[in-house]
Amino acid sequence: MLHERLLPDSPDRTASSKPRTAEKFGRTSRRDFLRASAAAGGLLLTFGFRSLAKAAPTDSAEIPHGMITAYVRISPENVVTIMAKNPEIGQGVKTMLPMLVAEELDVDWSQVRTQQADLNPVLYGNQHAGGSTSTPQNWDPLRKAGAAARQMLIAAAAKRWNVPENECGTASGQVLHKASGRSLIYGAVAADAATLPVPDLNKAKLKDPADYKIIGHSIPGVDSPLVVKGEPMFGIDTVVPGTLYAVFQKCPVFGGKVVSANLDAIKSMPGVRHAFVVEGGGNLAGLMPGVAIVADRWWLADKARQKLEVKWDEGATSQQSSKGFAQQATAFSGQAPQTSLRNDGDAAAALSGAAHVVEAAYSYPFIAHAPLEPQNCTARFQDGKVEVWAPTQNPEPGRALIAKTLGVDQKDIVVHMTRVGGGFGRRLMVDYMAEAAWIAKVAGVPVKLLWTRADDMQHDFYRPGGWHFLKGGLDADGKVVAWQQHFVSFGRDGKFAPSADLSADTYPARRIANLSYNTSLMPLGVPTGPLRAPGDNALAFVFQSFIDELAHKAGKDPLQFQIDLLGKDEVLPGKGLGFNTARARGVLEKVREVSGWGQRKLPPRTGLGVAHYYSHAGYFAEVVEATVTANGTIKINKVWAAGDIGSHVINPTAAFNMAQGAILDGFAEALYQQITIENGRVVQSNFDSFPLMRMKQVPPIEMHFVTTNYSPTGLGEPPLPPAIPALCNAIFAATGKRIRSLPIDTSTLKA
Amino acid sequence: MQFTLQVNGRQHTVDVDDDTPLLWVLRDEIDLKGAKFGCGVGLCGACTVHLDGAPVRSCSLPIASVGKAAVTTIEGIGATPIGARLQKAWLEVDVVQCGYCQGGQIMSAAALLTLNPAPSDGDIDAAMNGNICRCATYLRIREAIKQAAKTDFGSADTRKRT
Repeated sequence: MLHERLLPDSPDRTASSKPRTAEKFGRTSRRDFLRASAAAGGLLLTFGFRSLAKAAPTDSAEIPHGMITAYVRISPENVVTIMAKNPEIGQGVKTMLPMLVAEELDVDWSQVRTQQADLNPVLYGNQHAGGSTSTPQNWDPLRKAGAAARQMLIAAAAKRWNVPENECGTASGQVLHKASGRSLIYGAVAADAATLPVPDLNKAKLKDPADYKIIGHSIPGVDSPLVVKGEPMFGIDTVVPGTLYAVFQKCPVFGGKVVSANLDAIKSMPGVRHAFVVEGGGNLAGLMPGVAIVADRWWLADKARQKLEVKWDEGATSQQSSKGFAQQATAFSGQAPQTSLRNDGDAAAALSGAAHVVEAAYSYPFIAHAPLEPQNCTARFQDGKVEVWAPTQNPEPGRALIAKTLGVDQKDIVVHMTRVGGGFGRRLMVDYMAEAAWIAKVAGVPVKLLWTRADDMQHDFYRPGGWHFLKGGLDADGKVVAWQQHFVSFGRDGKFAPSADLSADTYPARRIANLSYNTSLMPLGVPTGPLRAPGDNALAFVFQSFIDELAHKAGKDPLQFQIDLLGKDEVLPGKGLGFNTARARGVLEKVREVSGWGQRKLPPRTGLGVAHYYSHAGYFAEVVEATVTANGTIKINKVWAAGDIGSHVINPTAAFNMAQGAILDGFAEALYQQITIENGRVVQSNFDSFPLMRMKQVPPIEMHFVTTNYSPTGLGEPPLPPAIPALCNAIFAATGKRIRSLPIDTSTLKA
Repeated sequence: MQFTLQVNGRQHTVDVDDDTPLLWVLRDEIDLKGAKFGCGVGLCGACTVHLDGAPVRSCSLPIASVGKAAVTTIEGIGATPIGARLQKAWLEVDVVQCGYCQGGQIMSAAALLTLNPAPSDGDIDAAMNGNICRCATYLRIREAIKQAAKTDFGSADTRKRT
């Protein structure tokens, strides 16, 4: 039989590949897990579960944000297993979140094993990976969860010794009674502790940060030993017995419908078991129309696809194009804006009275996420129940979409989170999960759906393009007195398309007396969505480049100009906790110091550029040194970055790695990337036409963290936005040529 | 058609079309999932394996072209001293973010160090430029290769600590 080799106990299996089935990815249900851990005499702590259970009647209920539980299992041998609640997409949360529990549990990291949790919002609260939220949402709750567990272990030991709890302490996974010199490993009292009531998490006593042994210390990624050996752990590696493989052809024009397809010819192709039309719906973020081919092997399904002929009804958006959008934006620029977002003072009057006026038009294209692991999902539909194994950043909406699409109750859907081969926001969207579940239901067998790279690039939820028409006014002293901005974006009826928005609070609002932000929107038939630092990845380029233009026009040092514009220390209204000008100044001052800003003489056609941005609660300032050769080639010589993400950098090794990667990601966007729409469809299909950063282009990056007295926040996103304007501002310093459109056209930079 | 392959020192016989890429034979016939599908056309390097020690993009190499060459994958490279040193360095330097590309990265690095035990930055750039890391862990990949090669070119520590 064809699939015998995939069975765990098949004699065909090679010696080097260990048996693995769905169970490897954590099919154990919560009940089984509870039973198993109880049987093992272990301690299972379901922190907060009892109180949360009242708030959320069933697992399928809508769970409010911020709900948190975590559980810890301790074996008699004192091995501590800590559940990792959120999806691991390379941002390091499978290591970092358990570190928070382990610290307050007071165990040594060498005792700790981490295990990926399945989707269960009642137990774990919010389980998504996005918006750099894992740290701020879990910093307090998971430390308290660890502290509560420690208290329960102390209580169990104190009871056994018949001594007061307050005479007991802990260290390295042991309860200690100093007065008598006695000690017990946690594993010896774990079963007793499990019978005790969970203390009030809000009263949990937390460590003095000076005593931290884990937080703030570098812990290598927990899965890395498996990664470097090529062990299967990603979604694409999922093996479920009896699985067939699927490809799914959607209309190249978004939302197009299937009129007819040569299904009989496809069904006769080698290895093909099923070929069928998926009617789909009209929701671009849901199950869209297309043709599914299910075969014995993915290669055979994909090969059959080469012969697939589909007649499409391309629908209403087949005439849309990037060129048309740009023409419409230019037309809008000559008209009064549709909507005023903000209007402080009188920008028009201040411009007419200004000593100097700077006028500029900025634009940036659509771009794709291009995570290296193409979208995929393995699904099984059996007896009205669904089980999926998904590389997802957003398991809960994934489950909800499957439920809605298949007409299945959410309680009948199990979502296993696999390791994810890159997220960048793409896998916050869960279209591919619904596709896999639907195809598995129709085919009647477990199905692994795998997209090609072209599928991924041509059916993304793109960072939308945008156009900004700006005027800035300076007084005779070089102070900014006016700012007028017309943002042409996408949307309808005054409502922005996803990730195509501009907040009225965006800095430098409240720092320029006469300032107006205005918008005009055009309709869009292209799906858009969050890409790493959504909004900010484009807006930082515009705002921070234009501020740099004003600095140069004023004849001021650009970095000092930025500090001056921040004004007095205060918190301005804005996203999250608001924009703290003191923290922004802090990172600018730090990067000035470490980069030697203004201290070094630079060679010809070499320049330093600076930019800063507040994104996802983090503050980053970056300085780029770039050389532009006579033929326009850009060489980034070095980058200095300063970041403020609060009081602690929880796992420094991962933090430095991610900050460097985010900065390089920004450079790739600036230098290479654009998605072009023609005839309603995406032109680019692979990494030749949509390049990613490669080794040769990578400069040294010196990253410095500034710690401040604020609760720690996330890091996946905030280092990225300033990288783009810092590079563009460096290019201006090197050449006198201002970059106002991305990706950078090097032909404009020739000497 | 039947093909007999030598993979990581073991013999496997598979029955597939002769145009089936080696990647899909490894992943779906022999069940070695370490080589990854990223682009399908040899642009990203996630599928890199060795044929007789030379790096190839298995996504674009038909099984019929493999012949009698010994295939080594990321699952088998640790059996070589260079492969083991690279895997160790990868962990010590803590290279991995998402990890999807890293098997291919290590395979390219192993081929590099086999030919050139003390590569310069330029050598590393040239040998590794075909391997994309979407998380952009390149600075650490470079550092890990140098560490495995036990060479020190006096470059700045890319993991500068505060």
